[in-house]
Amino acid sequence: MINLVPRKEIPLRLTLMTTAVAVGLTLLAGAGIFGILGYDPLASLYQFFIAPVSRGYQVADLFVKACPLIIIASGLVFSYRANVWNIGAEGQMILGAMFSGYVALYWGGMPAPLLLPMMILAGMLGGLAWAMIPAILKTRFNTNEILVSLMLTYVAVLFIDWTVRGPWRDPMSFGFPLTPMYPDAGLIPKVDLPVVGRLAQLHWGVIGALVLSLVAWFVLRRTMVGFQVKVMGDAPRAGRFAGFSPALVTILVLAISGGAAGLAGMVEVSANIGQLQPNISFGYGFTAIIVAFLARLNPLGVIIAGLVVALAEMGGDSAQIAMGIPKVVTGVFKGILLFMLLAGETFNRYHVEFRLPGAAARSAAAKETGGA
Amino acid sequence: MNGSPRPTGPSTGAPLLAAHGICKRFGDFTANDEVGFEIAAGEIHALLGENGAGKSTFVKMVYGLLQPDSGQIVWRGEPVTIRSPQHARDLGIGMVFQHFSLFQALTVAENIALALPPGESLEDLSARVREMSTEYGIGVDPDARIHNLSVGEQQRVEIVRCLLQDPSLLIMDEPTSVLTPQETDQLFDVLRRFSKAGVAILFISHKLEEIRALTQRATVLRRGQNVGTVDSASRSSKQLAEMMVGSSVGEIDGQDRPADGADALLTVSGLTRAPATPFATPLRGLSFTARAGEVLGIAGIAGNGQDELMEALTGEWTGRGQNVITIAGACITREGPSRRRQNGIGFVPEERNGHAAVPGMSLSDNALLTAHSLGSMVERGVIKGAVTRQAAAEVAAAFDVRLPQENPMASALSGGNLQKFVVGREILRRPRVFIVSQPTWGVDVGAALFIRRAMLELAEAGSAVVMISQDLEEIFAISHRVAVLHDGAMSAPMVTADTTAETVGLLMGGSVPLDSGMAGKGDAA
Repeated sequence: MINLVPRKEIPLRLTLMTTAVAVGLTLLAGAGIFGILGYDPLASLYQFFIAPVSRGYQVADLFVKACPLIIIASGLVFSYRANVWNIGAEGQMILGAMFSGYVALYWGGMPAPLLLPMMILAGMLGGLAWAMIPAILKTRFNTNEILVSLMLTYVAVLFIDWTVRGPWRDPMSFGFPLTPMYPDAGLIPKVDLPVVGRLAQLHWGVIGALVLSLVAWFVLRRTMVGFQVKVMGDAPRAGRFAGFSPALVTILVLAISGGAAGLAGMVEVSANIGQLQPNISFGYGFTAIIVAFLARLNPLGVIIAGLVVALAEMGGDSAQIAMGIPKVVTGVFKGILLFMLLAGETFNRYHVEFRLPGAAARSAAAKETGGA
Repeated sequence: MNGSPRPTGPSTGAPLLAAHGICKRFGDFTANDEVGFEIAAGEIHALLGENGAGKSTFVKMVYGLLQPDSGQIVWRGEPVTIRSPQHARDLGIGMVFQHFSLFQALTVAENIALALPPGESLEDLSARVREMSTEYGIGVDPDARIHNLSVGEQQRVEIVRCLLQDPSLLIMDEPTSVLTPQETDQLFDVLRRFSKAGVAILFISHKLEEIRALTQRATVLRRGQNVGTVDSASRSSKQLAEMMVGSSVGEIDGQDRPADGADALLTVSGLTRAPATPFATPLRGLSFTARAGEVLGIAGIAGNGQDELMEALTGEWTGRGQNVITIAGACITREGPSRRRQNGIGFVPEERNGHAAVPGMSLSDNALLTAHSLGSMVERGVIKGAVTRQAAAEVAAAFDVRLPQENPMASALSGGNLQKFVVGREILRRPRVFIVSQPTWGVDVGAALFIRRAMLELAEAGSAVVMISQDLEEIFAISHRVAVLHDGAMSAPMVTADTTAETVGLLMGGSVPLDSGMAGKGDAA
């Protein structure tokens, strides 16, 4: 007989342990899948998780790959902590890229030092504006934010597709759906340190992402904003009793997560692509959901989780190139990982009691004979 | 009173249920330490003890929810291992819980059907529920949905559900805390009838007068140990209380300081609220004042507008209009909870978990919950952790909140300790007006006494205390004036010393109109 007894406290050690076990079981399941597909499991896992970071410059690339995930997940943490389910970060990211792209393409003539800050603002504003649609619909009409934010993602995908094929297309692009390149002042520079020099593709956006998750951690842990978010998520009635407004918190967390996603869109294009194209994100907005949960909704954990998930993404490429394993296996990995994490959450929250029928009677009998 | 001679346990030979040397530990904590217990068929037996004394743990083991670490349970002379609640029910053991296990979205009849063996149609079941409901005077509508029922009504559903299963041992965990005196008497009549039919009743309650009136024997637990089984009638309430807490307890008499002519601190005039759902209670033009130095009791059965009134007072719901609610002359009708707190009001709503406190947060965060707008704990949006921790520690020290560790989560505290915390959190700030709903619901005698004393001291120091309570004993123990809430309307306050529990009980039951025979006119001036 198995009983789940709710825990009164969840020790940090336990959280770390269940997370580690979930990752371990994911690897095990992955090895099994490779075996079934006819690949050498160990070699495949090596290609997936070790080969992509076996050289120094690749570690820098890992950070570049994790950058948008870290930025988006840092924002999503607020939303999920408040029990508001923003699933549309992908769309908000695209809108962020478009807003900042507009600034770069059409207001590029402004003084160079102003351009990047303006693009950052525009990017956040774009994501925020897109997230305000589910926010207002939810607070005004009690619609479901999961559906609205998800569906708006598809609208955003079509929207950017139309703009880069239509009004914003570079006339010199020979018909390709591309905008002109951003002016140089609108590109995020690579990190270029005095002694070390360049670190592969490492750009300042990565540093920004790390700082951002630190700031998110501080805000969530130490400020009234974070406190309201947590109270509303844990006990909405206590939140109202405390004087917090549920509508305001809903709007706030959607603004934060939308703004972060928009910023990620700006960074991704401005640091890595340099122009708008139909595909500026490879599902970062969705993958970041997994990152947020892998991080246990802790903004500091988001850094590690972002790196782990980015590694799986890079591993997919590496395994495809080296062994011909289909790239979709990455998606399977992500799915298994999320599943394992959610299952692990059960062990986090509950203490599992195994008990054999009649165990109590036996122990009573044992006691009696022992006492005699 | 029931004067007929009743068999007591030992005289009927083998007890219906006996427990020997029951031990149960949770980690380092010993909840039950060699507890022995016997109940005979047809006996009404009280289980007494403070919160944390191990009563719940013990009955959970009898009901199959927990397994003892050691010891033996004997049912009808046979040693048994009660594997699960289902097994307990099969044996003939039923239980009415203090915390309800009802599906909120289902109707009363559907909830009851889930607990019974399948096969009976809902219509037949509804008919049986109605029958039983009238027979025993427990007003339950089988077609009502649970989420529209008040706490008291939900408890009545639990009782009916249990009675329908025809148990031979019925365990009742504080069943009377939300009933009027008349309803309690009716319930006791039901229980006595069951007892005569041979059903044993294990009755857990903190209300010592009830225990003396209803039960034949009482077993007292203290810190997980059985400190004695006594004939209930042979001990006074005070003696029973002393057995429970292990030391002498004082008594309070709150009626010696009438506050005539004192300043009205809180005035409510013509408070009206439309029902939020088709089944909610509207507020029908409530008017009352709370004066400096008094405790104003608001009596009433659950579901007569208490929740709606409390929300209107805390500011979780705000109405319109000028001067509907004022504190010391300042209109706060349209202000939210934070502004009301800034105006010197402290609140404690009925539900501790998830309303007055966030169970999954630390006590320091819970201290911040109702003080964040008051200045000292937050600076430019950043929480001062040291200040909140100190505030929580001060509350714990001043209100005797026993902490399992430093700054624990609220959920780690027992009900009585958490209640002392949420009451202390407000009272320690010396609010001008203190508004509390059900201050001692589900709280042990020691904690209840402590909380009532603290409220009286606050009133003595010049604050006004408004206490919404369904516990008439409590109202008569400490309130100077009492008003009755029935069906969303309120009687004019009466001086408690000049009225009786019967009068108030009749008003609560609605059998006497609220405006009849009141001497307390002119109060709302």
